[in-house]
Formats: sequence, structure tokens, C-alpha cells
Amino acid sequence: MYGRALAPLALATAAASAVAFGLIFFYAPLDADQGFIQKIFYLHVPMAMVALLGFLAGGVMAAMHLRTRDRVWDMRSYVAIHLSIILSLGVLVTGSIWARASWGHWWVWDEPMLVSFLIVFLLYAVYQPLRFSIDDPGRQARYASVFAIAGAAFTVLNFIAVRMAAAYTHPRVFSQTGGNMPADMFITFLVSLGAMALLFVTLWTLELASKNAAERLRRVRRRLEREAEYSEAGERLTRPAPIRPAPAPR
Amino acid sequence: MVATALAILRKDLRLELRAREAVPAMSLFTVTAFVLFHFGFDRDRLDGDVAAGTLWVTLLLATVLGVNRLYAAEREQGGLEAMLLAPIDRTAIFLAKAAALLLYLVALELVAVPAFGLLLLGPDLIGPLPELCALLIVADVGLAATGALVGALAAETRARELIGPLLLLPLVVPLAIAGAQATEPLFTAPGVAEDLGRWLALMGLYATIFVLLSIALFDFLLED
Repeated sequence: MYGRALAPLALATAAASAVAFGLIFFYAPLDADQGFIQKIFYLHVPMAMVALLGFLAGGVMAAMHLRTRDRVWDMRSYVAIHLSIILSLGVLVTGSIWARASWGHWWVWDEPMLVSFLIVFLLYAVYQPLRFSIDDPGRQARYASVFAIAGAAFTVLNFIAVRMAAAYTHPRVFSQTGGNMPADMFITFLVSLGAMALLFVTLWTLELASKNAAERLRRVRRRLEREAEYSEAGERLTRPAPIRPAPAPR
Repeated sequence: MVATALAILRKDLRLELRAREAVPAMSLFTVTAFVLFHFGFDRDRLDGDVAAGTLWVTLLLATVLGVNRLYAAEREQGGLEAMLLAPIDRTAIFLAKAAALLLYLVALELVAVPAFGLLLLGPDLIGPLPELCALLIVADVGLAATGALVGALAAETRARELIGPLLLLPLVVPLAIAGAQATEPLFTAPGVAEDLGRWLALMGLYATIFVLLSIALFDFLLED
């Protein structure tokens, strides 16, 4: 059921990524004071926004699971969070590279976006250990959903808190993602954001399709095994038992 | 529901008074941590941001000990099954657990804050005490809600001693931010509050969100 959407999604993602890369390297102007390294912005910020939305979507899907009791929603929430964790790691790495290139340090504490991401990443890093240290599948799904909802609410709250702390101790000198971007930069940014969102949706669909297929395969295999057992048992009943020699004493 | 919650709370408090597990352990932990900070910083007296950070981080870490023990009696003696069999609202269990943790934290702070003032704090503790108490109380409400939820989440996992702290510590970062930021001017020489209302509001928002969230989600942890 997920497989059908996969081919068009993959094509759209490839096309959007190609357009985004073309715009980034050939259309968007070089930043006046940061130069070429500012291009990482078109990777870093869309990644951050998509990862964030992924965590929030994971929370909403988890709420759907608790509401409808349909385990499909738990699986969707799990895959969204799982992908967002990977993207968060990318956000931290690209953010760190950008900070090194433009401020000279691998890590800056007065960049609220980056700091918030570290905290959110540290929280969600516990999602999988929590999930897989619960054996009962129903309970696993429920506990993971409770985590996902609390995590989504926390993500928003945490951004407010970190931004408040940064605003008080270090007034922000300039905002990189502010609305005063030239139009060609903004268009490139929007296309990059769209490409990243499409990539997320494609990977999400792909993983769900693979999990779905694996589950169906397991079911078919189990049925075949059961049928084989039955037919063996049936043969044994009809055929006379072979006379075996008594085992030799050891 | 309130009567049920009070009955469970009374049971928890009686258990704590007789066995004396959580609060003495938490208090001992904080005092030991202050000794460690004395040697770690190699300073006799702390003030300003270092003092505020030391106090808040120690209290938040001590909370982990309390949360680890919060469901111990239910888990080890199978009390939770009995409670689930009883025709009571599950929210009552959460309210009782959060209230118990809140009382543990207040008891802990009655020991830890004077001990901090005695052992490490440079400026006078008495002056900014009302503001500090207000901050601690609001933070405790948020901590109690988060702790009771996280404790229940971690209690059913295989590696609960690991999952609990790892889950709780990132979740209390906003409280550490607000607490340390608001306490820093209180622990700096004249001891006058600065932006107290703003940080109290952030803590209040945190407490409100986590109390409501925990009440909404707790039922799902206790099904089966």
C-alpha cells in the first residue's frame, strides 16, 4: 500500500534536489560577508526545519495511535521520529561546520537553534533505547507514543526557554535567517526546503513500505510452515510407522 | 478522585517515613555533591552564576534519585496490579505520585538550601530567600509532574536505572535555564532580583504543560 506512491515520490525528490542544487550553486548570490560557506545554510536550515516538523508529526501520529488504537499509527510515528533523529545529527554536524567557518569555533552556545537541537537530540536519543527495552509489543507502542507526545510538547517549550536564555545573556548581533534575505536567496531556500521535505516523505514511505513488506513476508512464511507441519503430520498418520531397530546401549 | 489520591499519597508518605529511603538519600547526595563541587572548583565560597548553577544542577540531579525510587514499592511488591484491579481513576495514582515527589523535593530543599548557604554560598542567603523559595516551589511542581511521568515510563523497561535519568535530564533543561538565570542576580552581591517574573512565568508554563500532559497521558501507561 505504501509501495505505489514510492516511484513518483522518488522521482519528485530527485528532480527537486537537482533543481535545489542547481539554484544553490549557480543562481543564489554569494553572501557579502560569509562568502561560499554561507551555501551550507540551504542545507542546514531546511534540514533543521524538516527534522523539527518530523518530531512534531511523530507526536501527532502518536496521539492518533493512542486515540484510534491502530498500531499502524505507532509505526508511522516511529519511522518519522527515527528519520528526524538522523536529520538532527545532520543538523548538528552542518551547524557545527558553519559555526567553525563563520565564527571560528566548532560550537557556539549563543546560537539558540543549535543549542536547542542538541537538547532535543539528547532527549530523542533515548526514544529507541526506551522502545526496544519493552518486550510486550502493545505496551511498547503505547509507551513510545507517550514519549513521542511528551517529546513534541517539550521540543516547543525547549525552544522558547533556550531562546529566552540566549536573548538575555548574549544579545543577538545579527540574524542569519531573518526576513531581510534577498529574493533570489529566499527562492533558493524555499526550493531547498521543498526538496528536503520531499526527501523526508520519500524515506518515510520507503521505510514504511519495507516494514510492511517484511511483516507480510513473515506472515506468509509462518503460514507455509504451519501448512508443512500439518501435511507432515497427515502423512505420518496414514503411513504405517517404520520399524526402527532398538538403539544400541551406550 | 482526590480522596483516592490522598489515600495513595498517605500510603507513600507512611512508607517513606518508616523506611526512610528517598529523602535521606537525596539529601545525602546533595551535601556530598556540594563537597565535590568545593574540591572540583577549588573554591571555598561561590557566588553569582557559578553558585546558581551549582545549586540548581545539584537539585535536578538529586531529583533523579527520587524518581528512581518513586515506583519501587509498586514494582517490587506487585502493588500496581492491586491498584489497577481496584475501581479507581488512574489519574489519582499519577496525582498521588506527583504529590509525593513534590513533598520529597520540598523536604530535600529544606536540607539542601541551608546546607548550600552554610557550605558554599558567599553572599548572604537570608536576603534573597523569599525569591528563591518562590522559584523552587514553581520548579518543584514542574519537576514533580515530569518526574512522575518519566518514572512511570521507565519503570516498565528492562534498563530502568539507565532510561529514567537519561530521559529526565534533557526534559528538565528548561527548568535549569530558568532557575539558574533567575538565581544568578540573587546570588550576586546586592542580591536584587532581575527579570524574576519572566523566569517564573517560564517555569509556570513548563509546570502547566507537563501537569496537563501527564494527566492526559498517564492512563495509557497503566493499561493492561
